[in-house]
Amino acid sequence: MAYIDLKNELPGIRGPMVYRPETGKVLNELAEILLHDENNTLSRGERELIGAYVSSENDCFFCQHVHGAMAQHYFKSDAQFIDNVKKDFRSTTISAKLKSLLAIAGSVQKGGKSVTPEQIEAAKNLGATDREIHDTVLIAAAFCMFNRYVDGLNTWAPKDRQMYVDRAPMRAAEGYSQAGLTK
Amino acid sequence: MPYINVDKDLPGIRSLMAFRPETAKPLSDLAEALLRDSTGLSRAERELIATHVSYLNDCFYCHNSHGELAVCYLDGNRELVDAVRKDYRHADISEKLKSLLQIAAKVQQGGKAVLPEDIANAKQNQATDRDIHDTVLIAAAFCMFNRYVDGLASVAPADMASYPLRAKQVAENGYGPHIYSTTQPQSVVEEVHA
Repeated sequence: MAYIDLKNELPGIRGPMVYRPETGKVLNELAEILLHDENNTLSRGERELIGAYVSSENDCFFCQHVHGAMAQHYFKSDAQFIDNVKKDFRSTTISAKLKSLLAIAGSVQKGGKSVTPEQIEAAKNLGATDREIHDTVLIAAAFCMFNRYVDGLNTWAPKDRQMYVDRAPMRAAEGYSQAGLTK
Repeated sequence: MPYINVDKDLPGIRSLMAFRPETAKPLSDLAEALLRDSTGLSRAERELIATHVSYLNDCFYCHNSHGELAVCYLDGNRELVDAVRKDYRHADISEKLKSLLQIAAKVQQGGKAVLPEDIANAKQNQATDRDIHDTVLIAAAFCMFNRYVDGLASVAPADMASYPLRAKQVAENGYGPHIYSTTQPQSVVEEVHA
């Protein structure tokens, strides 16, 4: 049960977002531009995979399953593929460039100063642009916020992973709009 | 040197925001909503939470920038801000703010580090649900801002005298687009008139 009275029964981040709409609105705008906006050379699936990976590293059940299911939807994969990326992305079939970006995201999860010039160099050598590196760092950093928000307030999360998979197509169609929060 | 090609005349997060204005908008709106609100927690208390978390994350630019904002709101009491930054338990602040800083420091470690007893302690010290909510989100947001600033190796101004000048601008104007469209103020040596 959440540490504070959120005045609603919504799971995960949706509870505190509806509790405090002024910040909820802005957090959703950030998620929309980082994860759903079409004006990006990283695909939606790649961006969601970065979010799911960082959430897994932060051990945030709600976020890793919401965003894992989103990535699964965009990649048209099964849940095993997402689990493999979370467990050991280097041994999966994703592109070398995406692996280099996940390595950067993994460092950001530990702390900003953990990112090394060698990791940036490796990503650039594999064709990552400055903006892609920027977005990778900010997505990883944003999930270090979202995950702490969700778990720091002890919000509840549905246990059944299929529920997350079932919701993904709706979220993919609508994006991260405030309107979708209470559905 | 920053890892990506940003405007060299802008420091810290402001160089990154200018690089990508689309994400700068919700980031500055978030700072505005969390740090400029004064319901329950004062602006000074909010900036102190941000300063302490940034200090724990070893983010030089953020803990100095937000520390100076707190100094501004506390009418120049830099000693108090330095005490909170490094060791809030022995600082001359309310028990309520200490209990909230304890929650913020747990959030810095990770969401699951916050325990029911941390929350109970804050509630016993008259923290409201909204105070606790805002404390958790401010702390979490600075775990993002700090990683953004240091993860891209942005540059922090070495001129320490420029931070109070900058803080004054933000205290007056808030966290609007001016924060990534104007350069860091230069500190000027005052002329002595005979």
